[in-house]
Formats: sequence, C-alpha cells, structure tokens
Amino acid sequence: MSDTQTFLDTLNARSQQRDAEPTWIAARRQAGAARFEAVGFPTRRDEEWKYTDVRSIAQGNFALAESAEFSQAQAAALTLPLDAYRLTFVDGVFSSALSDLEALPDSVQVLPLSKALTDNHEAVGGPLGRLTSVDFSAFAALNTAFMEEGAVVRIAPGTVVEKPILLQFLSRAGTPVMSHPRILVEAGSRSEATLIEHYAGQTDATNFTNVVAELMLDRGAILNHYKLQEAPLGDMHVASIHVEQGRDTRYSSYNLNLGGALVRNDLISDLNGQGAETNFLGLFFGQGRQHVDNHTKVNHNAPLTFSNENYKGILDDRAHGVFNGKVYVKRDSQKIEGFQSNQNLLLSDRAHIDAKPELEIYADDVKCSHGTTTGQLDEEAIYALRTRGIDEATARGLLTLAFAGEVLEQVALDAVAERVELAVAGKLPERFNLAGLVEAAVSLND
Amino acid sequence: MATEEMEQLVRRDYKEGFVTDIESDTLPPGLDENTIAFISKKKGEPEWMLEWRLEAFHKWQEMKEPSWAHLNYPPIDYQSISYFSAPKRPEDRPQSLDEVDPKLLETYEKLGIPLHERAALAGVAVDAVFDSVSVATTFKKQLAEAGVIFCSISEAIRDYPELVKQYLGTVVPQNDNYFAALNSAVFTDGSFVFVPEGVTCPMELSTYFRINAANTGQFERTLIICESRAQVSYLEGCTAPMRDENQLHAAVVELVALDDAYIKYSTVQNWYPGDEDGKGGIYNFVTKRGECRGARSRISWTQVETGSAITWKYPSCVLRGKDSIGEFYSVAVTNGRQQADTGTKMIHIGEGTRSYIVAKGISAGKSDQSYRGLVKIGPRAKGARNFTQCDSLLIGDKSGAHTFPYQEIGNSTAKIEHEATTSKIGEDQLFYCQSRGITEEDAVSMIVNGFCKDVFQELPMEFAVEAEALLNVTLEGAVG
Repeated sequence: MSDTQTFLDTLNARSQQRDAEPTWIAARRQAGAARFEAVGFPTRRDEEWKYTDVRSIAQGNFALAESAEFSQAQAAALTLPLDAYRLTFVDGVFSSALSDLEALPDSVQVLPLSKALTDNHEAVGGPLGRLTSVDFSAFAALNTAFMEEGAVVRIAPGTVVEKPILLQFLSRAGTPVMSHPRILVEAGSRSEATLIEHYAGQTDATNFTNVVAELMLDRGAILNHYKLQEAPLGDMHVASIHVEQGRDTRYSSYNLNLGGALVRNDLISDLNGQGAETNFLGLFFGQGRQHVDNHTKVNHNAPLTFSNENYKGILDDRAHGVFNGKVYVKRDSQKIEGFQSNQNLLLSDRAHIDAKPELEIYADDVKCSHGTTTGQLDEEAIYALRTRGIDEATARGLLTLAFAGEVLEQVALDAVAERVELAVAGKLPERFNLAGLVEAAVSLND
Repeated sequence: MATEEMEQLVRRDYKEGFVTDIESDTLPPGLDENTIAFISKKKGEPEWMLEWRLEAFHKWQEMKEPSWAHLNYPPIDYQSISYFSAPKRPEDRPQSLDEVDPKLLETYEKLGIPLHERAALAGVAVDAVFDSVSVATTFKKQLAEAGVIFCSISEAIRDYPELVKQYLGTVVPQNDNYFAALNSAVFTDGSFVFVPEGVTCPMELSTYFRINAANTGQFERTLIICESRAQVSYLEGCTAPMRDENQLHAAVVELVALDDAYIKYSTVQNWYPGDEDGKGGIYNFVTKRGECRGARSRISWTQVETGSAITWKYPSCVLRGKDSIGEFYSVAVTNGRQQADTGTKMIHIGEGTRSYIVAKGISAGKSDQSYRGLVKIGPRAKGARNFTQCDSLLIGDKSGAHTFPYQEIGNSTAKIEHEATTSKIGEDQLFYCQSRGITEEDAVSMIVNGFCKDVFQELPMEFAVEAEALLNVTLEGAVG
C-alpha cells in the first residue's frame, strides 16, 4: 500500500497548489483518487495483468513537470515530418511554442484540455469519463485523479478534416516525472479525420506516461487513429483507448509500439450500431529487456457489425511481449463477422511471448475466427535468398521487415511508416541496415 | 433449422435416467478428520495413507474454491455431502460376473451395455465401479499373465503399497487445486494400472463409473503407470441415474509414462445433465494430468463429453522427456442449461517435445461452453512444436461458445499454431443436402458427425460406435 501512498501524496500536494475548480471536476478527481486508493496497483494475481508486472511504476517516485521547455532543434528532429494540425505536450505540459493550429477550419476544434476546461467546462463534463470509468483500472483511476491536461478534439457533422491532427507527447531526460494526459475526441456524424498520437523523447528519459483516450464516433463517422509510440527506452507507458462506434461508423487503429521499458496498451471498441466496422492493426517490436503488453477487445453489441484485427510482434534479446485479444459477441447480435490474427516472431532464445486470443460468443449466426502463431524466420526462405547471393544477415533483415510489412503497408501515412521502418532498422544497425538493404537490392538489379 | 426443432432438441429427455435400488452403506453427510479416518479404516488402509489424506485435507482447508472458470452455479456446501457409499456387502464382494448382484447387471442391461456381453465380445476387462467400491473385475488372470496390474486403487494401496507410494500425487500434488486437494483427502475408489517394462497390455482396459446413491459425491482416484516401452489403452465411460440434487464429482487421474511408453486414455462421459431448467445434474470437477517422464513417451487424451450439468476439466500433459508427445482430442456437446469449461494444458519442458490439440465444441439450447487451454513452452524446450485447432458449432441463438487459449512461449525455436473458428450449421449446407433427398435430420447428423470426425477416429473402435450413437441420440430431437 505504501506504493500507492507515494502517488497519493503527490496528488495531495498538487491539489493544494490548484485554484478552485468546478465541483464536477473536483468530485471526479476525488472518485478517481478513492478508487485508486481502494484497489492499488494491479499485481500479477489479477487476470488482466497476469503477464505484466507494474512494480517498476508502483515503486517509482515521479514528480509532476512544471514547465514545457524543450529545445526547438531537438523537438524539430523528433516531430513527424507531416503537414498536420499539431498540439505538443512536454512531460504532459502543453507547449504553445511547439504547437501549430494554423488554418484550422471553424468546423474543427482542437484544443488542450486545460483550455477547454477554462473556456467552457460544462461542454467537457458530459463526455469526459463516459467511456472510461474510474473502475476500468487502477491506471484509469489515477489518470482521472490527476487529469488536468490533454487534448479535446471536436469535429462538426459532415466535416472532412483534410490534414491529420497530430498530438505529440515529448519526454525529457532528468528527474523522473509522470504525466496523465486525457484525450477526448468527438467525431460528428459523417465526419472523416485522421488522428495521430505520437510519443517520443530524449534518449535518457525515465518518465511515466499514463494516458486515457476516449473516442466517440457518431453515425457514419470515419476515424483513422495512428498511435506511434517510440518513447525513450527508459520510459514507462500505460495507455487505454476506448472507442464508441455508432451506426455505420468505421474506426481504424494503427497501434505501432517501438519504445518504452514497460508498455501496456488497452484498446477497446464498442460496436453499438449496425454497420459499424472496426480495424485493429498492431505492430510491436521489443529488444533489450523491453516489456510490451497489448490488450485489445472488440465488443459486438449490435447485429451486422464487423471487426478485423491483425497484430504482429517481433521480439529480440530478452524482450517480453504479451498479446491478449478478445472478441465478444453479445446475445442476439446476429450476422457478425469478427476476425483476429496474431503472429509473433522470436529472434532470440531469451525472448518471450504470452499470447491469449479469446472469443466469447453468445449468438449463433456469426463468423468468428482467430489464429495465432509464434515461430522464427523460415530457414528455407533464408536459404533461398542466400542461393541468390544475399548474405545471411541481409536475408534475415529482409524477411523480418517483410514480416512487419504486412501491417506497415496498410499505414497510409508515409512519414509514420518510414519512422517505424527506420526505428526497426536503426535499432539493429548491424543486422537491419536499411540503407544497406536498399543498396543490396539495387546492386542485384544491376 | 426451425425454432420448434430447436426446442425439441432442448427438451430432449435423458434416456438413461433411472435409479437402481441397492442398499448403500453410506456415511452421514459431513466432512472432518473423522470422516477421513472412517474412509481410511473402512478401506483397510495403512497408516501412511491416512496421514497422506489428512495432509491433503489440511491443505484443502486453507484453499479457496476457484472462481475463474466461465461457469455459474450455486455455492457447494461441502458439509452436506456424504463422502462414503459402498454396496451392502463389502466383505464378500463378487469374485466373478456370476456373483454380481443381478440388479447391477440389470442396470447395465438398461443402459444397453451388458457387462458380460461387452466383456466377452470386445475382450475388455471391466473393473466396474458401482458407486465407490469395485464390484466386478474380470480378465484379471489374463492380465496377470502379462504382468499387468489392473485393480482398484484400494486394493493397490493394500497389495502394492510401494508402487502407490512411489507414484501417487507425483503428477497431481495434493495441493494442486481445490478439487484435487479434496479428492486427495476423501477419495474412495478408482483404478490402478501398472504395465511393466516392455509389455503391451493384451487388451483394452475399461471401467464403467456409476454414481448411484443420492447425495453421494464420487471421488475417484486413478493412477496409471507405464514403464519403459510399455503400452496401454484405457477406457472410461460414465452414465448416471436421474437425480434431483446436484451431485459433486471430483476425480483425479494421474498418468505416468516412462521411456518410449504410450498411454491412451479415452473417456465417454454421459452423466445426467439436469432437467430443462438445469435442475439436478452432475457437477463434474475433474483433474486429469499425464506426465511424459521418459524420452519419446506419448500420452493421448480423447474425450467425448455429452453429460453433466457442469463440466470443469482440463486433461493435461507435462512433456518432460526428450521428444515426448502429448495429444488431446475432445468433443464436447452441451444442451439445455449445461455449462462446460474444458480444454487442455500442454507443458513443454523437454527438447523436441510435440503436442497436438483438437477440440470441437457443440453448444445447443441455452448451454454455455468454453475452451480454455494453455500451451507453455519452457526455455529448454528447444524445437518444441504445437498445433491447436478449436472449433465451435452453435445450434440455436440462446447458446454461447467461448475460447480462451493461453500461450506462454519462452523459446525462439518453438513453433506454435493456434486456430479457432465459431460458426453454425450453414443454411446452404443443409439446403445442399436436402436438395439431394437427404432429410434435414440426417443432414444435421451428417454435418455434426463430420465436424467431430477428427476426434472420433481417435477413439478405440467400440467407443467410437458408442460415441457416434450418443451424438445421434443428442441430435435426435434436434430435427423433426
């Protein structure tokens, strides 16, 4: 319980600094703190956390960042080279200097949560916490207790947002700090948008990010949601994303995880209206002693809803990967199609994967399947490449990239895809030298 | 299929429901150290056995009943169960079939599996467990010539204490789980099989379990040991009379296979599933585990589960020996308000170990079924291989089918594959058959039998016939 106390002390100190708040925020904050105090951090005895040990977070001592100072040059190097509406947060603190909302149309609102709360807090009060209650997890409760910054995105009905909306979270090296960003997206009916969450930072950072995102898609809305998590290798990253889908909506999640010492993602989609479709694409790459845990859940709450999931894991060194995917079909939700696939590639003898694809089905007219495989690179494929004059290291690199390629080729944003390819290639320079691969390919053609 | 046909399926009566009236020497309900001492004394057990039971009992008292299974049932009052029930005359148990109580034989007749006929025709030695005490053992002589020991566990404790001491509880420890601990404390009977080095058991061994006296839990303990290069095929089949109160069955089965040994364990389980409202019916909480201790050993589980109100069962293999093989073939059919949470665990420890899982689930009526499995690959299990296929067939829109496979893989040389599908019998499949003059009922039966074929072909001949018959009986009400 003492682990919990450290966090509660920080929370109390913070509350005393804070100006008077609207009562609903104070009440919700209290509910979060009370829930967190009651349940404490999860242990491996909890089924949901069976494979993930969060002691490194629980036993940490994280302060709260006070400023958003970040070197312009470094930020520029980390920022995705994309023409986008951009909000930047440094250790959870909003940085207007690194943000860019130029030419944002009136039909779209993109603003930091702190501003949304000061300008018109009533409008946020309803949707905030509607999808992610404090009961969801200790981390959601903690996020609610600490919530003060994050992003609010509102898209008016019928609006097609031409440029992607980029939410950038940067992590600084130095005294460990924690941040609890809250993201709220309300996509109006028949609107269409691309949202990018991007986590990056200074190499030596050792911070803790605990983000909660709530995404609401009204009738006919389309949302493409990219999450590129390339946090520093010392960072802890816990995230939950709850999606609510109305009739005929389409949500596509691209969950790309490369960084972080300890990573846990919870992605949940509620298909509440007929014709709703959800696509979960994921890639996780672990090396060193990284621990990457992905939990996904699709709730088919209405008939004629569709889901499609494909998660790929590549694990090297002593990395530990977890995949837990669940497809739930509610009683009388007929004419459902739900597909799930998880494939894992183990590159080292000490890498470890725990996979648990689940189906929970209460209707009979459904087509649901899941498949999961774990293996290593096909020795015969490597041999085939070597007979064509490609050295073994290059052959392994090509095949590994090809394995990741199945997910990457669906990433429509080149800047994001390139970042992943480079990160994967850059992380293992001797074996995955992308430039070298290209050269090899070119010389073969000559 | 039409709704009324579905309802007929749901209303299918339990064909084998009747009570045979044999006076039982039953212990009053309740469980404490005295109960255990009574059982131990009644069985004429040595001191060490009683100590072992008490040790288990103390561990059980400290344990909590598990709640993680996808099952729903009222709490069990362990003090309201009677823990011992034996047929009237335990002293002069029949030595041959002729001496068997004619009423018991009559019971078997009603079930359509006449003991003598079956034994003679199929060459099966039957150690019939009527309630808790073995009442008939046949073909013992022939087995003895081959050096195979096949007797009740009580006899084994008396006659072969060293063997029992050496192996009992080594695969399923006393405190393995709540129900295994309970079983270790109060088990009353079960079978013991020992096949010595190099011997292939000359016949398939079979035990028919029956639960008969009201309020009596059945706590069977089975131990099968195959020494190097030995082989045995063991058949277990169950039926039960109709009953109003829930009956608890918590059996433990332990298998040990040494170098190059092969144990095949087949089960057909058709206990009373409860009535339309799910009243009555057996609670079947079973721990079955085999250990491939020796190199190249092989353990194969095949089960056809059609009965019981609640099934909670995961026959498992611990693959310790190099290149050992574990197999699991299962067909589970649930109907009415039956619930089943079943599957397997394959623990790969040794190098080059392989496992193969085929699980087929059919849920009809308002029943719920889950496949829950674990494939664990240890760091030293180089080149381990697993293939898992679990398919669910849903009949009617009130049933549920769930899959919870766990994979824990700690070795990069392992190759693991898992596939699962959930579907119903396609309208187009039925139409195809019907357009060729096949009745709907036959078509459904054909499709379901085809769905289960992978498992049925693993069953020994006589059992396969019985299993198919059982499935057809289940489906009889489904159409027409």
